[in-house]
Amino acid sequence: MRRPPEQADIAIALHGITKRFPGVVANSDVDLTIRRGTVHAIVGENGAGKSTLMKILYGMLKPDEGTITVDGRTATFGSPAAAIAAGIGMVHQHFMLADNLSVLENVVLGGEPRQRGGLDFRAARARIEQISATYGLQVEPDRLVEELGVGERQRVEICKVLYRGARILILDEPTAVLVPQEVDELFGNLRDLKAEGLTILFISHKLDEVLAVADEITVIRRGSTVASVTPHEVTAPQLAELMVGSALPVPELRESTVTDRPVLEVSDLAVTDPDGRHVLSAISFTIHAGEVLGIAGVEGNGQAELVDALMGVRPISSGTVALSGHDITRSSTRSRREAGMAYIPEDRHRQGLLLEASIWENRVLGHQTVAPSARGLLLNRRAARADTQRIVREYDVRTPGIDVVASALSGGNQQKLIVGREMTGRSVALIAAHPTRGVDVGAQAAIWEHMRAARRAGLAVLLVSADLEELIGMSDSLAVILRGRLVARFDPKTVKPEQLGSAMTGAGASAGAGGAV
Amino acid sequence: MSRFSRRSVLLGLAAPVAALLFAALVSAIILGTTGHAPLDAFQAMLASAKRPRTVVNSIDSATTYYFSAVAVAIGFRMNLFNIGVDGQYRLAAMLSAAFAGATFMDGVPAVLRVAATIVMAMCVGAMWAGVAALLKVARGVSEVISTIMLNAVATAVVSFLLNPHRLAVSVAGSNNIGTRPIGSGGQVPGFGYPGTSSRVFGLILLAALVGVLYSLVLTRTRFGFELKATGMSEPAAVAAGVSVKRMVASAMLLSGAVAGLVGMPQLLGSSYSYSLDFPTGLGFTGIAIALLGRNSPIGMAFAALLWGVLDQSANVLDITGVPKEIVAIMQGVIVLSVVVAYELVRRYRLRLEQRDVGRALGTTEAPPSTPTPVAAMV
Amino acid sequence: MSATGTAVCAGTVLRARRQRISPLGYTGIGLAVLAAVSAVRVATGASDLTSSGTVGAALAAAVPIALAGLGGLWSERAGVVNIGLEGQMVLGTLGAGWAGYQYGPWAGVLMGLLLGALGGLVHAVATVTFGVDHIISGVAVNLVAPGLGLFLAKLVFRNAPGGGQKQSPPVRDVRHLTAPYLTSWLGSLERRQWFLVSDLAAVLRGLTFQISTLTIVAVLLLVATFVVLWWTPFGLRLRSCGEAPYAAESLGVNVRRYKYAAVIVSGAMAGLGGAFLAVSSGQFRDGQTGGRGFIGLASMIFGNWRPGGLAMGAGLFGYTDAMQLRGSDAVHALLLLLGIALLVLTVIQARAGRVVLAAVAGVLGAAFVLWFAATDEVPPELVGATPYVVTLLVLALASQRLRMPKADGQIYRKGDGG
Repeated sequence: MRRPPEQADIAIALHGITKRFPGVVANSDVDLTIRRGTVHAIVGENGAGKSTLMKILYGMLKPDEGTITVDGRTATFGSPAAAIAAGIGMVHQHFMLADNLSVLENVVLGGEPRQRGGLDFRAARARIEQISATYGLQVEPDRLVEELGVGERQRVEICKVLYRGARILILDEPTAVLVPQEVDELFGNLRDLKAEGLTILFISHKLDEVLAVADEITVIRRGSTVASVTPHEVTAPQLAELMVGSALPVPELRESTVTDRPVLEVSDLAVTDPDGRHVLSAISFTIHAGEVLGIAGVEGNGQAELVDALMGVRPISSGTVALSGHDITRSSTRSRREAGMAYIPEDRHRQGLLLEASIWENRVLGHQTVAPSARGLLLNRRAARADTQRIVREYDVRTPGIDVVASALSGGNQQKLIVGREMTGRSVALIAAHPTRGVDVGAQAAIWEHMRAARRAGLAVLLVSADLEELIGMSDSLAVILRGRLVARFDPKTVKPEQLGSAMTGAGASAGAGGAV
Repeated sequence: MSRFSRRSVLLGLAAPVAALLFAALVSAIILGTTGHAPLDAFQAMLASAKRPRTVVNSIDSATTYYFSAVAVAIGFRMNLFNIGVDGQYRLAAMLSAAFAGATFMDGVPAVLRVAATIVMAMCVGAMWAGVAALLKVARGVSEVISTIMLNAVATAVVSFLLNPHRLAVSVAGSNNIGTRPIGSGGQVPGFGYPGTSSRVFGLILLAALVGVLYSLVLTRTRFGFELKATGMSEPAAVAAGVSVKRMVASAMLLSGAVAGLVGMPQLLGSSYSYSLDFPTGLGFTGIAIALLGRNSPIGMAFAALLWGVLDQSANVLDITGVPKEIVAIMQGVIVLSVVVAYELVRRYRLRLEQRDVGRALGTTEAPPSTPTPVAAMV
Repeated sequence: MSATGTAVCAGTVLRARRQRISPLGYTGIGLAVLAAVSAVRVATGASDLTSSGTVGAALAAAVPIALAGLGGLWSERAGVVNIGLEGQMVLGTLGAGWAGYQYGPWAGVLMGLLLGALGGLVHAVATVTFGVDHIISGVAVNLVAPGLGLFLAKLVFRNAPGGGQKQSPPVRDVRHLTAPYLTSWLGSLERRQWFLVSDLAAVLRGLTFQISTLTIVAVLLLVATFVVLWWTPFGLRLRSCGEAPYAAESLGVNVRRYKYAAVIVSGAMAGLGGAFLAVSSGQFRDGQTGGRGFIGLASMIFGNWRPGGLAMGAGLFGYTDAMQLRGSDAVHALLLLLGIALLVLTVIQARAGRVVLAAVAGVLGAAFVLWFAATDEVPPELVGATPYVVTLLVLALASQRLRMPKADGQIYRKGDGG
């Protein structure tokens, strides 16, 4: 059957896609055309509706309106299985892997080779090794996934997609957890795949990466497609303008507020896991009043453990931590908080909020032992509610009231609530783990401003982030963590992302501007 | 936000009412298909329930059930499943019965004697629950498994101790054995009720007190807040400075202490001895009532009363030729359907609230954190 | 029941690969255990410890426990905790009694299996479709099943010949098989009372003499479970629902369908266990299961969510069950065995550097040995508690070896992942 040439060129066409959630229109009237054999980027800020759109394309959600055409045929995907059958594969932002199964089992799941009713392990192994060799993925079929690092996991995810014979790959924010060098490798892989005739949908909000790898770019804003451009036509600032209607907020600190008064002093800190292995060792640093120390590192190198150890969530096996000159090494989380440690946790849904509790109860969380939330052993509901009103007002938390459950708020507003709750008059130090992860640019700008205000007010701030731009812009000094040790220090004013990347992966750390600590 | 509250009251009532109707329907179908007339059976139960004697017995059962439900609910509030209320109350009732009936207690003043019996029961209940608490805190053993095991161990211990060579004596005029009966100085008098010689357990006052304390602790204290926070999200509670281990230990001990009270109305108000025919399985009744009453102090009171009425009015069924176990089936269906109904209402309420927030703020806000598609239900 | 898994730090923290014990290793361990038991037998003169009669009784007692355990395994491997096993077992006894007295034992077995599966279906509807907490649903199943059992018993058994309000008319047993020639030779060997050799002969004789065909079915099911769950695509998908349901979903696996299948099979296994009880004891009786559903659950945990371990757990619990019916000498000797086991565990834990655990195990072990030395018999009431106490000890002292499916007990909502 012959089709008009331009149509044969089109891998996917979305037309008039609309998806509503209670209280929210996630996508409205989206039109999107993706040509075969290209890398097509979809950009938009957090919450703009990119992920919803991709879930629709991958059959995980059903659109309320609109049509999807794949290879010229109208398709309705009731499940990922249907999308897979149509040659679509997706690499999720949060890896979809079963830790306790082997790489082989993870890859073949849902599309197992069979032999006399059983799973044909031999054929599966051969196929994976062949894919791995063809695309340079270096995947070992018989390892348990829980033994793998972040980069390896991502390659397993790509292998999964290729194993299913996908011709169209969706990659959802694939660079979020990678260092610059790994990003380059990934882009190399993507170009190889493209050369083989595969089509790639690349979801991102990092504009320089998009401009570097994409052939075509579609911009999504507030759930709708607002522009389709090519990288030659636009610059990063123009793309930002299309994406959010203004220039992107820039993470930056103005004049230095660093004092010589040490607030948070960590010396020779070590933490072991229950099996007796060191997850942190020989960590030493001092943060002064008005200083922001940024911690850079590939995810899983001990950042989470460092934050936990500082907050008293994880026991410290040796070394000391002092806050304002008082030793708090053995203190409980509660007494640390009472002594003025403020905490923005990494995962606000898991650690930061009680999603099913009201906003005012979330205001009390973490401060349930001190005024205004408590009076002795009793809760002071009236004062807590009044203070919640103040936070909603001062921190611009968009909500119809303080009795609404936290899960009804958008990510950005949830995060602003957390920031407002933690910035009490008593705070002397702030531990901020990925404070702007997954929030819209408005909230991002606001949170950065609050952090600057905290720094001006003399707080000592520890900033852990995977966003190198944020780290470089918002820190007074930078340290790199690798396999549980601080391996390098940098001056954020002079450091380049690539240098950080090298130190984060251990490639030539000593050659970095700062050198080993 | 008054709209929210009226709506929540209606929604809150919708689930139990729907579950009761559904259970009645299922029972009617079962009765119908097994050749009984459902309406006749229900009418017989209703007529029986109105009799003064049944009323008193229902209230007495409800008193007992209420303690059990509160014990379970304390754990539920922090996602802790004390399946072991059953073993805890039996062991507690047995040991405190033996204690209260012991000869050295005969001369002790009544108030002191009753108080000591109750304290003893609470301590034993807490201790038995404490084993599960210790295992969970020190070794991370799931309390579901450990309390199931401890129930069985309690059964063995009780039957070991309830032996004429040890703590038991034979009950006069039967081949039953039980602990030495508690003399009148150690009993709790009941309240009269017109039209029957049955008396309402005096310890109903203690049940009310426990309910009030439970309510105050949960809503007005730091401890209550931390308990609920731990139940809603353990990682969030940990990050907020709550010591989860301490909460597990205190919730489990409190739950066990209240579980110790379950046998007290019966022991001090009517049987005065722990014998082989002391009621069993009340811990599981407590689970059912806590679920039906949504852990709310008032809700559980109503649920306990309903359970008592069902149990007591069922006795008339055997006379009419309908196996009274139809009530047990009905109760089971209520439990299953009420949790389903609450879950559906919860999702519906969340959607309503998200819609309200969306409407109040203009609708193109970022998608809420956890959209729960209705399509998720088959 | 909250999930408290901490974030995996993949970069630095590598879990040690689990050591797998080879079949030869298992044989060695088995022989060592038997040698220890044999030594205790010789020392105490409690010949019932390893008599073929005891082994046969233990096997018969282990079968319903193992079947319930298999039920738990199927369900939990798919991520659904099923403490409704006890109730599903009750339904199995009822079905076996009802169909068994009318149409013969195999019809009873089939009916028991079907009613158990029906109980599983109820649990699946509540947990998978409506997202009800697994424990709550299981408790509800356990509340409904005995009520339903008694209700129907009163209806159908009361007027049947030989039946009553709480029991069915007699049900014929299935055929029992004996290995020809072998058993008499083993029997003569057993009577010699030689150290280890006689014990080994007794164990083999117990496993080959007068074995119920249902026991053979149960053993086949155990093997089949392993093959299906670990060697087939179906099994991989089912297990993936218990490890990472959203990952499975993203690969087009219909998670709901697999969970349903698993929970229904789970109920069927428990129902079969109930049917075994009814058929082998000759009738349905109210309260016949006596908590075996829970012991089955315990045997699965004891066996670390694996069929082989489960079989060992069921065997152990069946053994203690059988002991209750043997002489008090044997039961008394069990104390010594338990003490020795705990002391062995003390050494293991001490060598792994877990001082506190080793100390606790040591104290408990010494206490059991002392109890043995200071008394002449164990109160029979306490013997029934053995499986539960052993399970608590295993959980308390060796739980670092246990690994349940990662998403076990978590409520799955389609489309919530990622």
